[in-house]
Amino acid sequence: MATTLADDLRPMHHPHSWVTRYVWSQDHKVIAIQYSVTAIAIGLVALVLSALMRLQLGFPGVFPAIQPDNYLQFVSMHGMIMVVYLLTALLLGGFGNYLIPLMIGARDMVFPFVNMLSYWLYLLSVIVLVAGFFVPGGPTGAGWTLYPPQAISEGTPGHQWGIATMLVSLAIFVAAFTMGGLNYVTTVLQARTKGMTLMRMPLSVWGIFTASIMGLLAFPALFVAAIMMLFDHFAGTSFFMPTMQSMGAITPTEGGSPLLFQHLFWFFGHPEVYIVALPAFGIVSDLISVHARRNIFGYRMMVWAITIIGALSFVVWAHHMYVSGMNPYFGFFFATSTLIIAIPTAIKVYNWLLTLWRGDIHLRVPMLFAIAFIFTFIHGGLSGLFLGNVSVDVPLSDTFFVVAHFHMVMGVSPVLVIFGAIYHWYPKIFGRMWNETLGKLHFWITFLGVYAIFLPMHYLGILGVPRRYYALGETGFIPPSVHLANEWISIAALIVFAAQGLFFFNMIWSLFRGPRADPNPWGAASLEWQTPQTPPAHGNWGPTLPTVYRWPYDYSVPGAPRDFIPQTEPRT
Amino acid sequence: MPIAVAIAMLVLGSVLFHLFSPWWRTPIASNWGSIDSALDVTLWICAAAFILLNLFMAWVLVRYRHRAGHRAHYEPENASLEKRLTIWTAIGIAGMLAPGLAAWGRYVSVPQDATIIEAVGQQWQWSFRYPGPDGVLGAAAVKYVTPDNSLGLDPLDPFGRDDLLVEAGDLHLPLDRPVKIVLRSKDVLHDFYVPEFRAKMDLVPGIVTYFWMTPTKAGTFDILCAELCGTGHHEMRGRVVVEPPKAFAAWQAQQTSFGQILAETPPAAMSILLIKANACIVPASWSKS
Amino acid sequence: MTILARLAEKSWEPASDRDPAASSGPRPSAGGIGLGVYFAVALVMFSLLGAAYVMRMGLHASMGHADDWVAVPDPPLLWINSGILAASSIAWEIARRSFDNGRTVRAAATGTALGLAFLIGQWLLWRHYLAQGHYLSSNPANAFFYLLTALHGLHILGGLVAAAWVLAAHNLLNVRLCAIYWHFLLFIWILIAALLVST
Repeated sequence: MATTLADDLRPMHHPHSWVTRYVWSQDHKVIAIQYSVTAIAIGLVALVLSALMRLQLGFPGVFPAIQPDNYLQFVSMHGMIMVVYLLTALLLGGFGNYLIPLMIGARDMVFPFVNMLSYWLYLLSVIVLVAGFFVPGGPTGAGWTLYPPQAISEGTPGHQWGIATMLVSLAIFVAAFTMGGLNYVTTVLQARTKGMTLMRMPLSVWGIFTASIMGLLAFPALFVAAIMMLFDHFAGTSFFMPTMQSMGAITPTEGGSPLLFQHLFWFFGHPEVYIVALPAFGIVSDLISVHARRNIFGYRMMVWAITIIGALSFVVWAHHMYVSGMNPYFGFFFATSTLIIAIPTAIKVYNWLLTLWRGDIHLRVPMLFAIAFIFTFIHGGLSGLFLGNVSVDVPLSDTFFVVAHFHMVMGVSPVLVIFGAIYHWYPKIFGRMWNETLGKLHFWITFLGVYAIFLPMHYLGILGVPRRYYALGETGFIPPSVHLANEWISIAALIVFAAQGLFFFNMIWSLFRGPRADPNPWGAASLEWQTPQTPPAHGNWGPTLPTVYRWPYDYSVPGAPRDFIPQTEPRT
Repeated sequence: MPIAVAIAMLVLGSVLFHLFSPWWRTPIASNWGSIDSALDVTLWICAAAFILLNLFMAWVLVRYRHRAGHRAHYEPENASLEKRLTIWTAIGIAGMLAPGLAAWGRYVSVPQDATIIEAVGQQWQWSFRYPGPDGVLGAAAVKYVTPDNSLGLDPLDPFGRDDLLVEAGDLHLPLDRPVKIVLRSKDVLHDFYVPEFRAKMDLVPGIVTYFWMTPTKAGTFDILCAELCGTGHHEMRGRVVVEPPKAFAAWQAQQTSFGQILAETPPAAMSILLIKANACIVPASWSKS
Repeated sequence: MTILARLAEKSWEPASDRDPAASSGPRPSAGGIGLGVYFAVALVMFSLLGAAYVMRMGLHASMGHADDWVAVPDPPLLWINSGILAASSIAWEIARRSFDNGRTVRAAATGTALGLAFLIGQWLLWRHYLAQGHYLSSNPANAFFYLLTALHGLHILGGLVAAAWVLAAHNLLNVRLCAIYWHFLLFIWILIAALLVST
């Protein structure tokens, strides 16, 4: 590939001062850390909100400061922050930025300036989001789905200004993501080093790459929906606003379609699930392979499954709308497409298990998180079949079963992968080792704790306990034992919440006091572990780009002296 | 090792939790047993997959744990194994999809003889309307709403005169008769949800949605709102009373019709009501340029 | 190799090795790929708005809201603006094909100026509609009209900034990208105009 040399000669942006090195930086590694720290910071806000929600649910009436309005605001902000501002930003903006150039042998993203702009726009979107807490009326309480007409009507908290900051923040986020996503996709397509064919990319890159394409195609739907709702809110249009009664008067809006919003929202919202899941799938594949000292089983199947899942996820969105009042005949199509998507997903699970099978499993902390992910993902994936299977969804929709399902599948599972990934790449990113004991303690409390939180919730949902309820009140079908379950769940949640302190302490303490890390402590074959410096210096690769001679999964190759062969090692 | 034990114990614990926890479906009170059986089929298939996959993982974690001198097996792929697994998965998926789609087929086809009853949602209460002797619900829309016509019936529609209105009272349903519940919202999205009936559907302002069912058990059940509708969402409760047809007919005979309400409406309020109805006959050409 | 053949490659086998030093043809520029990916994003955004337009339009018919949807008229200015944008696109095409630097700059500058003229024309079109009482909130057709033209106008504006930057920096390699972007915006505008005129 003759032009790779030309790419290599492209003038690089070289930082000249502390400010251009760490603040207005165009280095993908610094931007990755900026993205990650911001995402984790705002994620902590969402974590606190979930603790407040659990206090209300577990001990209703004990905390008079939490009123129904507050509760709904906690629900809405928790959901939106976790899905968009934490998971999407951390997995793509954080891990995508850090891993893509290092794993494919590039010096940086292809548009470093746009990449920097992406981060600063993201930060702006987070600031606007947080501003929602301080505007009159507080943040929106319309649920993370922001359904109109309630999102911009009397009776919903934050319907005046909270929803406006939320929508503006989302629009900015979409712009930021588009800038980042263009970079990730173009870098993978254009800046791979010599010998790095598509099928020699680690699955992490495949997952992030596919998720970026999906994000680029799905986020416009959210953008359009947000802009249209802003028009409805401030300009008096009626895209989504029907004739309705508000404050005892009939609104001047007419004929708008709330279902139109739902279609737009879920056209974004369902791919969004996979935008979060696919990077996690990719990353966990690499964790399992490295720590089981075994090639990922069925690499080609894994790649195909990722792309098939990515494509199919655009034709399943209305499974969120079985009881929304849309034409009920759509249910047949969307149930079928939804259950078909389970097949490539199941193949991925089998291949993770088959990678462990006949492996040489080292149970280090990243591997523990990867194994826990397989467990929670099997659980969450299977409970999704209940909800996708249209008629079974009817009694379960809008109950705690839904809450349990999506937390298990796209809350807990990706977060476990994120923890595993941070433990896994921390030595490369910072050149220090974390404390093993603290890491294991953090793992055990988190893993067992989240299962204790979400397993019972499935059963509350099957019983019929509705979600987004400030208080359950008096009903004929909810036995007193449910209140007891809610108490236990809240206690488990608070323990898990507190246990995250172990993680932060470990990470921050190790940054300064951790022992110096080996450049390749896990014996990994992929490119990011073969950098000349640890942490990688600006430009990643020293004077010449690496050349790739093999796929990234040459572990325990028969006859090889070590149990891994780096991608940069020529065949003999 | 501890992780293998933990995975196995979590599988065992989940099964025990399923068997011994007190939380399971509320006893069914409608014809939607087919939904329950579709759920059961899905559960059995999923439970089998959950137990098999996780126990396999626990065994692998023990059997192939790192020991000195042990080396992993190098095998990039195994096409026939992957093919077999794909086929078995597809069979399992088809096995749960079939009863699900079959139940949905019944859910979307309303029987011809179903009685029509309307439920109207608003923040945060339920009202109901019965079609009266003519069996037809009169036209209604939010634009007709006045303080004396809170369900927004068209005062000029003759079919609406005999409609029976139940404002903020209980919904009564005849036992063992199929009913088509049509749903209308005066303000935001709501969702008519009675756990014992299994069926539910959103109320969407601007359009009329519906579902059908046959109550099969006499008794009183709670109506909840299952679509977040604002601050009072959790307090939006109603009650449905399922009773034998005779008792139902007796109850119905005591209800007030829209015609009676109109007759008792003072002239001033009546004119507001009619203005609302007339205002909507503004020729379309007026707003054209 | 086709993309399918590449995805079927057994990359762990020595047979998959190609001499890393061997050239597999020139690699497309990063800018070109990035622009192509952005076109996909913008196309999805405008398609979704088009789908929303059709869904919202169809809704009133089934609900009997006779005076809900009133399509906007098509004044001559709409056609004049379309002509200006087409001319702008042609100018950019001339700039792209020209090998003479002076001519490239002149054509590109003309294209940019015509783009600006299109934006002014669109603004006049808005004024024209407002003067006739077609306000944003009067009916959904108007709202869609303003929304679609505003988003398209923003893309034009972005293109103008990029074009000005290219011309100021005399970075003539990027004239090609500008020209392609302009054709894309013309294509989107034709779709929008077709949607507005046909309904």
